[in-house]
Amino acid sequence: MSKLESEGLAPASETFSGAGVALPVQRHHHYSLLTAHDKVLLALMVGIPLFVFVILIWITTLASIVLSFTDWQLIGNWHWVGLDNYTQMFTTYPFFWTAVRNNLLWLLFFLGFATPMGILLAVCLDRQLRGGWLYQTIFFTPVVLSLAVVGIIWNLQLSPLAGNGFIDSMLTGTGLVAPANAPNWLGESTPLFGLPFPFPPLGMISVLIVASWRHIGYIMVLYLAGLKSVDPALREAAAIDGANERQTFFHVVFPVMAPINRVIVVVTVIEALRAFDIVWILSHGKEPLQLLSTLIVSNALSESSLIGFGSAIAVFLLLVSLIPIIAYLTRVMRSED
Amino acid sequence: MADIESALKGQVSRREVLKKGVVGAAGLTVLPAVLAACSSTAASPSPTPTPAATPTPGGATPTPGTATPTPAAAVTGTFHLGNNHSDPSDLKGVQAIDAAFIKENPGVNIVLNTVDHGTFQDQINNYLTTTPDDVFFWFSGFRMRFFAAKGLATAIDDVWATVKSNYTAGFATSVTGDDGKVYGIPVDYYPWCVFYRKSLFSDKGYTVPNTFDDLLTLCAKMKTDGITPIAFADKDGWPAMGTFDILNLRLNGYDFHVGLMTGKEKWTDAKVTSVFTTWQKLIPYYTAGFSGLTWQQACDTLVRKTGGMYLLGLFLTGEIDTVDTTGAAKKDTDFFPFPYMGNSFDAEKSLDAPIDIVMMSAKSQNLQADMVPAKAYVAYWAKGTTQLLMYQANNGFIPTASDVDTTKLDTLTQKAVQVVSAAQKITQFLDRDTRPDFAGAAGMQSFLLKFLATPTQDLAALQKSIQDYWDKLPAFGG
Repeated sequence: MSKLESEGLAPASETFSGAGVALPVQRHHHYSLLTAHDKVLLALMVGIPLFVFVILIWITTLASIVLSFTDWQLIGNWHWVGLDNYTQMFTTYPFFWTAVRNNLLWLLFFLGFATPMGILLAVCLDRQLRGGWLYQTIFFTPVVLSLAVVGIIWNLQLSPLAGNGFIDSMLTGTGLVAPANAPNWLGESTPLFGLPFPFPPLGMISVLIVASWRHIGYIMVLYLAGLKSVDPALREAAAIDGANERQTFFHVVFPVMAPINRVIVVVTVIEALRAFDIVWILSHGKEPLQLLSTLIVSNALSESSLIGFGSAIAVFLLLVSLIPIIAYLTRVMRSED
Repeated sequence: MADIESALKGQVSRREVLKKGVVGAAGLTVLPAVLAACSSTAASPSPTPTPAATPTPGGATPTPGTATPTPAAAVTGTFHLGNNHSDPSDLKGVQAIDAAFIKENPGVNIVLNTVDHGTFQDQINNYLTTTPDDVFFWFSGFRMRFFAAKGLATAIDDVWATVKSNYTAGFATSVTGDDGKVYGIPVDYYPWCVFYRKSLFSDKGYTVPNTFDDLLTLCAKMKTDGITPIAFADKDGWPAMGTFDILNLRLNGYDFHVGLMTGKEKWTDAKVTSVFTTWQKLIPYYTAGFSGLTWQQACDTLVRKTGGMYLLGLFLTGEIDTVDTTGAAKKDTDFFPFPYMGNSFDAEKSLDAPIDIVMMSAKSQNLQADMVPAKAYVAYWAKGTTQLLMYQANNGFIPTASDVDTTKLDTLTQKAVQVVSAAQKITQFLDRDTRPDFAGAAGMQSFLLKFLATPTQDLAALQKSIQDYWDKLPAFGG
């Protein structure tokens, strides 16, 4: 609040005072520069968002933490169970580790493939290609589509042969793959190439490709906006110095884009941690496609109503999510100082 | 865990009761004979018993003439109906019944709230505790008693008193809560059997397998003929439970199965291992990619005759009709009870045959205002003519009312009635016989998918993780 007052309010009061009346800049306890109307307005503008924020974020977060130490089931009695939910989660509940594996895989795949692809597309489109707007639209379309539509589209593509899936029908119809070997893109939980846990099943790879389909377009637009703001003089200077396209990008443009790059990394990490919708639509997060988020929902919000156990998983996800957020915020604050 | 055992025990004894005394009764082709028995245990402590409605002791079939409830005077008002019959054919059935009800009661307005079947189930706890509709469709057995015991359902003994003469005692026990009050009206039921196409069997010279070994031989033969022997799909998570149930019932018997569902028996038991090792023999004959298929997609392979046999509930005939609107495929469909193992449990002839019910919520904001038309509507579902409307929309749902016009039921349904009547023991289905928090997507559904993904995995480790999950569930009702 002190930051708000010193940076936000003080200059505003100076503007008012600029009308000719000399008023002291520092504020006194009994003498305010704000009219009653201003105060009401301010209280509303700060109070309402704060109220919503506290109710929707802080109270619910704290409630989740408290609930994670109980065995509450929405109806009936509940008890404090100490760390039981956490020990169960880490020791005997096999799907927790499947979910951790899948979330990690999601993160690695996005950082190593989807995000770089989005950046690459942005760089290409930034070069004023003929019909660039068309490509831009095509790549961005998946981001605009509603998730229900995405689910329907990919269910149709990825269904097994017996379910008339498009990809399998095409593969077998053209004779590329024998019907007996048609892959089960979504449901296949048999380890890929026979590799044991923690290697991912084919179903997870399919889901990651579907998720990338949206993520690439999202990153592309974010990065493209950043590229547009890069001073063209920098590129010209680099060109005059004899740098080629690649050198210009890596040594001039990329470093200048540092703030955007950080945002992109944070967005990617957060996307990987909060991944939920596509998996939920495609399989409801059942074995072997569990994510931490789907486990929270299927434990806490389904007919199971294991709210205590689901909350414990949610608290774990919260703690993990705080790592990139805190890292980002400390960087931002430090650079501001 | 002691309290869950006692909580579920009531169910055990009632279910036993439900099944006994049916076999051997003559005239099994008559639908009302199903589950007719044991009226001595029918618990309906209604303060105003109607003498004419008292069931005859000894399992006699109520006479349709006396069974029909006296038509009530037309009611008026609005009530809210939570409808989980979201499949197109089922929804049509509900709409037809609503229209018929409004025709008889022109002053009634039904606010229909149709929710996807699976979503409705996922949200049931939240739904019943917050803003439920006045009337909703649900499942009998443990799942009904669970909510009744939590005070989330309204007892409808007064409604039951007017319609109970139209039900056999077995059905009465299926809607009775732990407190002895009635919380639902049975609207339909359906057995789980192995379905097949008659023409495929006659063309290829296959015969219906009676033993498990016969089944394996037939599967091998079908495979060489280029047919997928067993249609199977488990993307939905619950269909695999049907196979677990029947294998456990056949291999280890009804008592062990119920003990397992209620926590009396352990999942680490060698008997459970035998279920999984027996199941391993069937999996090579399943539809390729079954974990990515919905039950409807697997059913379609039966219609296209690329799949040979399919263990599912009778409701699959609705899907067959959806795919083949000419009705030819359904006429060509037949079924047999899951083959026997050649052990002492063969005589039980047990199977899953879940009963669906219509209930009234307790927390609906409008309940008091809507009570009269809501109760009239619930009572309306107890009539054979009402249930026939649903049956005509989806032949998979067998009517439960005694006064139903049996001539309107097709031969497949008649046969289903016989198979259920012949069963000594009937279970409701894994996710209706055990705790909902155990059976869900993050629990048993995923454990079974894990098994199906790698059937030859370390079964002891798998069984231990299932038992661990059970042991960690919150104390029941305590």
